[in-house]
Amino acid sequence: MPVEPGTEPAPPAPPAVRPAARRKAADPWVVRWGLVGATLLIVGGLVVVPLVAVFTHAVGKGVGTYWENLTNSPDTRHAVFLTFVVAPVAVGLNVVFGVAAAWVIARFRFPGRTVLTSLIDLPFSVSPVVAGLVFVLIFGLQAPFGEWLRANGYQVIFAPPGMVLATAFVTFPFVARELIPVMEAVGPEEELAARSLGASGWDLFWRITLPNIKWGLLYGVILCNARAMGEFGAVYVVSGRIGGQTDTIPLQVQKLFDTPGPHGTPAAFALASVLTLLALVTLIAKVLIEPKLREKPAGGPPAGG
Amino acid sequence: MSGVSRRALPGFGLGLGYTMFYLSALVLIPLAACMLKAASLGPAEFVAATWNERARAAYALTFGVSLAAAVVNVGLGLVVAWTLVRYEFPLKRLVDALVDIPLALPTAVAGLVYASLYVENGWLGQFLVPLGIEAAYTRLGIVLVLVFTGFPFVVRTVQPVLADLDAEVEEAAAVLGASRWQTFRRVLLPTLIPPALTGFALAFARGLGEYGSVIFISSNMPFKTEIAPLLIVSRLEESAYAEAAAIAVVLLAFSFGLLVLINLLERWSQRHAG
Repeated sequence: MPVEPGTEPAPPAPPAVRPAARRKAADPWVVRWGLVGATLLIVGGLVVVPLVAVFTHAVGKGVGTYWENLTNSPDTRHAVFLTFVVAPVAVGLNVVFGVAAAWVIARFRFPGRTVLTSLIDLPFSVSPVVAGLVFVLIFGLQAPFGEWLRANGYQVIFAPPGMVLATAFVTFPFVARELIPVMEAVGPEEELAARSLGASGWDLFWRITLPNIKWGLLYGVILCNARAMGEFGAVYVVSGRIGGQTDTIPLQVQKLFDTPGPHGTPAAFALASVLTLLALVTLIAKVLIEPKLREKPAGGPPAGG
Repeated sequence: MSGVSRRALPGFGLGLGYTMFYLSALVLIPLAACMLKAASLGPAEFVAATWNERARAAYALTFGVSLAAAVVNVGLGLVVAWTLVRYEFPLKRLVDALVDIPLALPTAVAGLVYASLYVENGWLGQFLVPLGIEAAYTRLGIVLVLVFTGFPFVVRTVQPVLADLDAEVEEAAAVLGASRWQTFRRVLLPTLIPPALTGFALAFARGLGEYGSVIFISSNMPFKTEIAPLLIVSRLEESAYAEAAAIAVVLLAFSFGLLVLINLLERWSQRHAG
């Protein structure tokens, strides 16, 4: 029932009722259901309709056509292959970095620690196009270093190495960002104990640290991978977009979208549906891992300090 | 806290060394190279490259559409965050998970599907275009796709603050005779402003750099629908490397400024919450 301002008698608070439950009941039902309706409309219109549209457009001409659109073009097949090469390499680089950075930042105090922590987030605020550009400026043929590399048989720009660098740049913070709080929450007690019992650094890492941070690491890897496989702007700039050679899935989607005819937009949607599935799998994995991240500090050793 | 003596645990030197090496090689040195390249232009050339009519139009567009999308997202985000924290309804967990889709969905897919939804015979365009609302290949379309890519930020910054709010404050307001609306406006809203501003700034920053989704839905016409990152790509395609770097430096300066602002906002927000 709608409540007139000022007429609501303040009920003596019964201590048995949970405050949260009482708060939920405090809003008049018109407001409550209006806001729930608005939320469903917002999430539906903004997110659900586009998701449904991707799959509908992808398989609109039948599953047979969908499969043909995905598999018939050698350029598309190569784009899928290249994405599954470039993204894992970039993720792998960021995993090694993320573990090293989290170990140093979560376990030690040193001058410049705060600055280092903020610098890790820096790539998030750089436009992907700029991220691609910086590597063109260093490794491109107009640059002395790029020319020298080319003369010695290494090509970075318009080739997979440059695409790995650009992808690693835009996904740089993901793993480290997830690992730092996880490692801080676990605390160094177990590692100190193992150390005092004579464990080597290597043993310490594989037997104590890694098992303690495994969910956080997996979480970071999944988010990092989703962004890496879907990266467009940075790869667009460094790849040169050579069909069948340096196109990844997102770049090939754009090429197909610009191609008129039945092998254009429908094929773009077919390929886009692969990326959309990847996003959905990422999200499901995220929902499954999140509870494990939260239970970790409670299940582990007593939180230090 | 959990910092330990450097002698108690191994790997400080190796870890810090590798962290600094990787950070420098992948991020700091390339960004410095970009600034050096831009500095190879004289001051007059730098101004000519970054402050001509076409560039100004691109900055204005990028700034305008990002701002509009971020403002819209504050409104949508507050409604969605409030509903998800305060009410129970069917499929709530699913809706909560779906909020993260824009972060997981590749921007190229977002651009592709948004472009096709709003064309004249698209799912939404068939209703909107007869009303004179043309989103595909226009500025409106850019705003729409940026609303999509920036949608999770405000929801996810406001949600935890709202969940942590002490019920007693609202009860006290009610006991003292405040209506629900007065309680919201005078008691809740001031607490929600700092996280909403942080979310706004994050969405805004995301919009400024966004490229993949925008080029699908925009007609990419100079002076009209050409965003600033696209201008960099155009300069690169003309092999005007120093000019491209100069525009990049302008964008970098702006996003770093915004980054500092976001950090200040977060600190302010934490002080409010704490």
